[in-house]
Amino acid sequence: MAVPAADLSQRLVNWARMKSPWITIFNSGACNACDIEIIACLMPRFDIERFGILVKGSPRHADILIVTGPVTLKQASRLRRVWEQIPEPKYVIAMGACGAGGGAFYGLYHVMDCVDCVIPVDVYVAGCPPRPDEIINGVVTCLNLFHEDAAHGGKEWRQKKAVPVIGTDTNICKVVP
Amino acid sequence: MPEVVVSIGPHHPALKEPVNFKVVVDGEKIVRLELDLSYNHRGVEKAAEQRDFIRVLPLMERVCGICSHAHSTAFAKGIEEIMQLEIPPRAQYIRTIIAELERMHSHLLWLGVAAHVIGFNTLFMWTWRDREAIQDTVEEMSGNRVHYGMNEVGGVRRDLTPAQVTAALERLPNLEERIKKYVDMVNKEETMLIRFRGVGKLSKEEALRYGTVGPTARASGVDYDIRKDDPYLAYADVPWNVVTDTNGDVYGRTRVRIGELWESIRIVRYCLENLPEGPIRVTAPRNAPTGEILSRYEAPRGELVHFIRTNGTDKVERVDIRTPTLANWTSVAMCLVNQNLADLPVIVAAIDPCLSCTSRITLLDNQNKKTGVMSLDELIWRNRSRDQGQERP
Repeated sequence: MAVPAADLSQRLVNWARMKSPWITIFNSGACNACDIEIIACLMPRFDIERFGILVKGSPRHADILIVTGPVTLKQASRLRRVWEQIPEPKYVIAMGACGAGGGAFYGLYHVMDCVDCVIPVDVYVAGCPPRPDEIINGVVTCLNLFHEDAAHGGKEWRQKKAVPVIGTDTNICKVVP
Repeated sequence: MPEVVVSIGPHHPALKEPVNFKVVVDGEKIVRLELDLSYNHRGVEKAAEQRDFIRVLPLMERVCGICSHAHSTAFAKGIEEIMQLEIPPRAQYIRTIIAELERMHSHLLWLGVAAHVIGFNTLFMWTWRDREAIQDTVEEMSGNRVHYGMNEVGGVRRDLTPAQVTAALERLPNLEERIKKYVDMVNKEETMLIRFRGVGKLSKEEALRYGTVGPTARASGVDYDIRKDDPYLAYADVPWNVVTDTNGDVYGRTRVRIGELWESIRIVRYCLENLPEGPIRVTAPRNAPTGEILSRYEAPRGELVHFIRTNGTDKVERVDIRTPTLANWTSVAMCLVNQNLADLPVIVAAIDPCLSCTSRITLLDNQNKKTGVMSLDELIWRNRSRDQGQERP
């Protein structure tokens, strides 16, 4: 799939973005299993740096946000704030059963049950926890989405626009329709 | 110089998990540490009261992703003790094998993270590569790399085939060689000696006073290991030694963990070679009689305690989890005093903090110095509905 004809500088930026997507990890109340599997991705066996994928600490440097965990209430506003800091075009990967629907923690009193309640999610990676190769596959799926979005001229063809909220303390609840 | 508060977290490049440190510094010296640990609080203890024993075990595994077998074994062990079940020796051995493999992967993981914190990324890569051999073994035995799902009340769910035993034994000599290298490294490698020696010192008296457990306590010369002091699973049959050290600093904690890697290999090898024949589980009754039990387990990070109260039904009335990291935080706050701010990451990393097990909520009235309880409705109101203007229940 080709990147659509934009002006040269935009094509150059898109090319660079495709060749080296930078990710940032947000632990929203996970049990650490997903987090250590992401770190295992960086290690010699899986070595995601050979695809140009770098893990960055700051959301302002990142293209892809990987969210682990079922989003505890205390972390919800922080997650939203971190997501708002990522420059467009940004993509969100929800890790594991927790990120998709709460997993083993579904319905607990301090849990939002899904990442989708707080920020729009582009790719879900299944598993509890997903294997490192599945995580890499999730990132690659994100890159394909990026191509398609570029062809459609934005994310609106597949995703409703997230309701903008100002990240106050704890009033985030089901902001995405 | 006036005191300055440096706020770190909950989302910070240096942190792997959400935690908030308020470090009060005077110049470069740390005056004190204030902690907020509750970002990962999910309410596992409450959830455990609403599920029967079969469904609680997967939940217990997900208390922590690194020591998942520790939590599920501690819980299953407690319930079995209340039910007065006799667990077949083969099941005990299989649990021990998984437990020690888990300890090895956790300690290698820690060694890598500690090396990463001091900027020694080569060792980080090496340990995590060696860790993959253990992950492979565990995956062959249980089917998953992280949450093993091996336990059930009454035994284990999966048997080990002779092929799995041979494959596991074949991986051990290579690991032994690598661990020998790490033992050599920690004593000679200048990078590690400079950053680890004399940092975060904790004397034996302090270690006892602050209630430290696990490698942190043993590095200060406290000979305290539940596997020896209150043997469970197959530890009473297996020949092994408690590793202690007298240094009491980060260097000592590294030496203890590497020593434990060595002992764990011995235990795994012994258990694999002397795996008894027989059934792997007994049928457990559905309900547990009324009772209270304090189930203790030596997790990779130290003594893990599950307090379980049952009331004659198929659910627990109360389960209280005291994780080793929670016990060790006080000692961190104490040994940070008068240290350099730059040594903060390595001192914190030295207890191998695991925030997801540790997150607790306690109601604290700071002015009156009182703690209290909160009803579930009020808790939900505080978290979800307060800002939307709903009435307090």
